[in-house]
Amino acid sequence: MNEELKNVIEKVKKETTPKRKIFINTLKAFLVGGLICLVAQIIIEILMKSFGFNQEMANSIAITIMVFIGSVITGLGLYDKIGQFAGAGTIVPITGFANSMTSAALEYKSEGIIFGIFTNMFKLAGSVIVVGVISAFVFGTIRYLLGI
Amino acid sequence: MKIGKQSLTFHNVFIGEGAVVVGPKENQGPLSDYFDKAYDDLYCGAKTWEKAEMQLFKDAINISLSKNNLAVCDVDCLISGDLNNQIIIGSYTLRDYELPYLGIFGACSTSVEGLIIGGNMIESGSCSKVLVGTSSHNATSERQFRYPTEYGGQKPQTITSTATAAGILLLTNTKGKLCLSGATIGKVIDAKINDPHDLGRAMAPSAFDTIVTHFNDFNSKPNDYDLIVTGDLSYYGKDMLIKLFDEININIKEHYDDCGLLLYNQEKQNVFAGGSGCGCCAAVTYGYLLSKLRDNTYKKILVVATGALLNPIIVAQKETIPGISHAVIIERIDD
Repeated sequence: MNEELKNVIEKVKKETTPKRKIFINTLKAFLVGGLICLVAQIIIEILMKSFGFNQEMANSIAITIMVFIGSVITGLGLYDKIGQFAGAGTIVPITGFANSMTSAALEYKSEGIIFGIFTNMFKLAGSVIVVGVISAFVFGTIRYLLGI
Repeated sequence: MKIGKQSLTFHNVFIGEGAVVVGPKENQGPLSDYFDKAYDDLYCGAKTWEKAEMQLFKDAINISLSKNNLAVCDVDCLISGDLNNQIIIGSYTLRDYELPYLGIFGACSTSVEGLIIGGNMIESGSCSKVLVGTSSHNATSERQFRYPTEYGGQKPQTITSTATAAGILLLTNTKGKLCLSGATIGKVIDAKINDPHDLGRAMAPSAFDTIVTHFNDFNSKPNDYDLIVTGDLSYYGKDMLIKLFDEININIKEHYDDCGLLLYNQEKQNVFAGGSGCGCCAAVTYGYLLSKLRDNTYKKILVVATGALLNPIIVAQKETIPGISHAVIIERIDD
């Protein structure tokens, strides 16, 4: 390609770079993410007040319930649609973790249970586990050294 | 015969009947009348997405053979390619056919790359009937290039939606109403765009280069064609291509459209920035555009299929995304 065309491409490329709707996306993520947290908080309150669980136990049960809800909504084919609207709002909460595992499990079912589901289920969620373990180690060490 | 820098002219290549088989979303779009068969379910009666795409491709071959009144043994060769690793759709489908087969890969430019290769085989006199085809499936492409279909990650507005469609077209030396009269073979052009969610803009420079070269080689201008159509540049790539031509003072706007934008109803159907995939250009060209040439709406069109030559591994290694575009002239012969 001659230099003239190259320059034209470079110029138009810069001019046509699409702008992402950061503000509106952040707002949607905040609202939907907040709503998911609100649902979890209500579940925790019910577990504590009506079933007499302590805070720690109620938290664990609530997380399990949220993971279950996230997986069921994924299986019904709705989570990706909500995610398209909410962005990080549905990815960051624990339901997003459930979605990343359930969607991978569904996707790789066609390659069988061992080489499909077992091998690929953590394909997306694996990074979260790795980062979780590394940060736990780093912050645990800092906490130990500071004697907190 | 070679003409200009990278173009060819054909004098003896005619176009037979095409066959297009599509998925549910394509059939809900504005071009549904021009398709031969449609499935209501993305699985197309098969157990896996890959087998669903093979089913589409198989249907397209069978319909094309019957529309052209041909038996498998009458065909000299079938040329096809798709977006799956090692282009398995063509090779696995053709296990069941006694058909000489050439597998090609040109990403979403395959539908036209096949026409150029097949056209040469006919023009040289070595073959008399060649089937050219391609396919793509939304779900096989999603898992090949992106995420699991049910994953809830947000897609940016520039992303395209892969068409679920297979198309087959017959090229023949038997004189007919439509002919393949010329072609321009594209070069690999890398405009240094590295966003795999913005392939339209990554491919637009290659379409620009091919069309400019085509105009030079054939000494033609946009007005010489009733329609210039690109494969799957999306809303953003189309806009970029128009602006690129504006910069060199050529107005292509009035004669230009994009298959990915023709295939769907952009306002009502949720396809983001437009349709894409090998099947997108094939479905629109082999189905809709050929009908429009036959019913005298168009006399001469330029089809520019656009391909993004990436795979997920090389993109993860922070490489940029090169594009390639091949062009063919299809025209009606008036007696």
